[in-house]
Amino acid sequence: MSALAIKGLGKAFGGLRVTAGVDLTVAEGERRLIIGPNGAGKTTLFNLITGELRPDSGAIALFGRDITALPSRLRPHLGLARTYQIITLFPRESLLQNVTLSLLGRSPLRWNPFRRLDRQTALLAAARAALGRVGLEALAERPLAQTSYGERRRVEIAMALAQQPRLLLLDEPFAGLSVDERKEVHALLRSIPRDVTVVMIEHDMDVALELAERITLMHFGEVVVEGTRAEVVAHPRTREIYLGG
Amino acid sequence: MSRPAAVAAALLVLASVPLWVGNSYYVNIASQILIYAVFALALNVLVGYAGLVSLGHAGLFGIGSYALAWLLADGWGHLPAALAALLLILGASAVFAVLSLRATGIGFLMITLALGQILWGLAYRWISLTGGDNGINVNSRPAPFGVALDGATPFYYFTLILFLAAVGSMAVFVASPFGASLKGTRDQPRRMTALGYNVWLIRFLAFLFSGFWSGVAGLLFCYYNEFVSPNVLALGSSAEVLLMVISGGTGTLLGPIAGAALVVIMKNVASAYIERWNLVLGAIFVAIVIFMPEGLVPGSVRLWRWLWTGMRRAPARGGAR
Repeated sequence: MSALAIKGLGKAFGGLRVTAGVDLTVAEGERRLIIGPNGAGKTTLFNLITGELRPDSGAIALFGRDITALPSRLRPHLGLARTYQIITLFPRESLLQNVTLSLLGRSPLRWNPFRRLDRQTALLAAARAALGRVGLEALAERPLAQTSYGERRRVEIAMALAQQPRLLLLDEPFAGLSVDERKEVHALLRSIPRDVTVVMIEHDMDVALELAERITLMHFGEVVVEGTRAEVVAHPRTREIYLGG
Repeated sequence: MSRPAAVAAALLVLASVPLWVGNSYYVNIASQILIYAVFALALNVLVGYAGLVSLGHAGLFGIGSYALAWLLADGWGHLPAALAALLLILGASAVFAVLSLRATGIGFLMITLALGQILWGLAYRWISLTGGDNGINVNSRPAPFGVALDGATPFYYFTLILFLAAVGSMAVFVASPFGASLKGTRDQPRRMTALGYNVWLIRFLAFLFSGFWSGVAGLLFCYYNEFVSPNVLALGSSAEVLLMVISGGTGTLLGPIAGAALVVIMKNVASAYIERWNLVLGAIFVAIVIFMPEGLVPGSVRLWRWLWTGMRRAPARGGAR
């Protein structure tokens, strides 16, 4: 069974076809990199997988289950988590509260209006552990608004990992990071266990290529080339489209 | 002062109001402040914690008042009439919520405004049911556990008990996981969906909670005046309570209470001395917006901290000279 199976996926905004007949199959435990120039439809593909956008045609299956018509909010409960290219966090809250909200999202406790959130020791310990995993435990109490861009990127990843996903979608996890921060995030992504399937969009070929086993190249909403790292890098269409050859 | 000590002091002050204000006129004004504080706290659930600004909440408040007055006039007992009115409010809140939660922001505001105006129109024009401009008289106040609420002081304590219940339920709600979920939908609804939350249902439940306490305030207001008229449902009432929330400080527990006190005192006390008290109230709102845009309570806290650190620094600076 594949972690993700997409067939004939299509999406158009008016006359602009942003996803045109995309077929994509990702095996369980695989590390997949999606590359392509700006406007290739990579983030749109993510938004279709998470359900933030509705496809016009085609089907999406998550671990063998058809989720094409499933509401977006139910998909995390099937083990789907994502990070955003444009940071989408809770600016008024502390880092701890950000990750706690992520944990609550998959807990029935989120409906409880009677108990005190700050007394949920197990939940808060899990949130601290998730922050520890990305090296931010010391900043747990700090408001998000007072953290750096690189720290927020790591909070994004901590929130996604805290949900213990089976399929993790990373949208440009290295964007805007310094060289040192890149190394840290790289090590962090390498440490993700194999029972999590990872699909990553990334422009930075140097760091991303090393993490990926298979690469999909997209252009104008279509999958142009797909294969192993060596195959895609050597492919003439890759050089033509992406590497500006 | 520690938090429990502050709460104890506040309780002592509230419980002793009839002893030191003396005159029953002022006891009644204190009751009015508490009733409006419950209403403002209820609206604050939506405005402050859900980020949904409603301009139709007087409709829910008014439904409570009218239902109670109508049922009492129909010969119902106080308790069944109040319970039936509360059920009706929950039903009306659910209808309000389903219609208005199709939108957020300005769209939400316009839908709630329209719904409020429809109810006002009904109260004004459906004369066979509501008495139109003449309203409905309420002949008696209840006597829970044999205590008649006819005097100003017993009614104040009755209101105080419900006010404390409202504050307590808000405090528990805000600190709960559900409260955190609601604040999350205010700040990042898109992210909340991606994290597995049902944003619509969270907002819907918050709307019911807000509607319920608005209705309780409406029942109290009906008993307080022993009379209902279309005025309680008018757009002016919705705007007034929204101003209480905003001027006091949205998303805080004390803010709406302070806002309610400010508006009620200006309306009743200042109007005795200044004919154009509306102008003064307007000037106060303008001053709040300019000097404390976050509201009276958070603004005062900020000012206090600034003065406090200023005072502690001043002697040190003097010593250096």
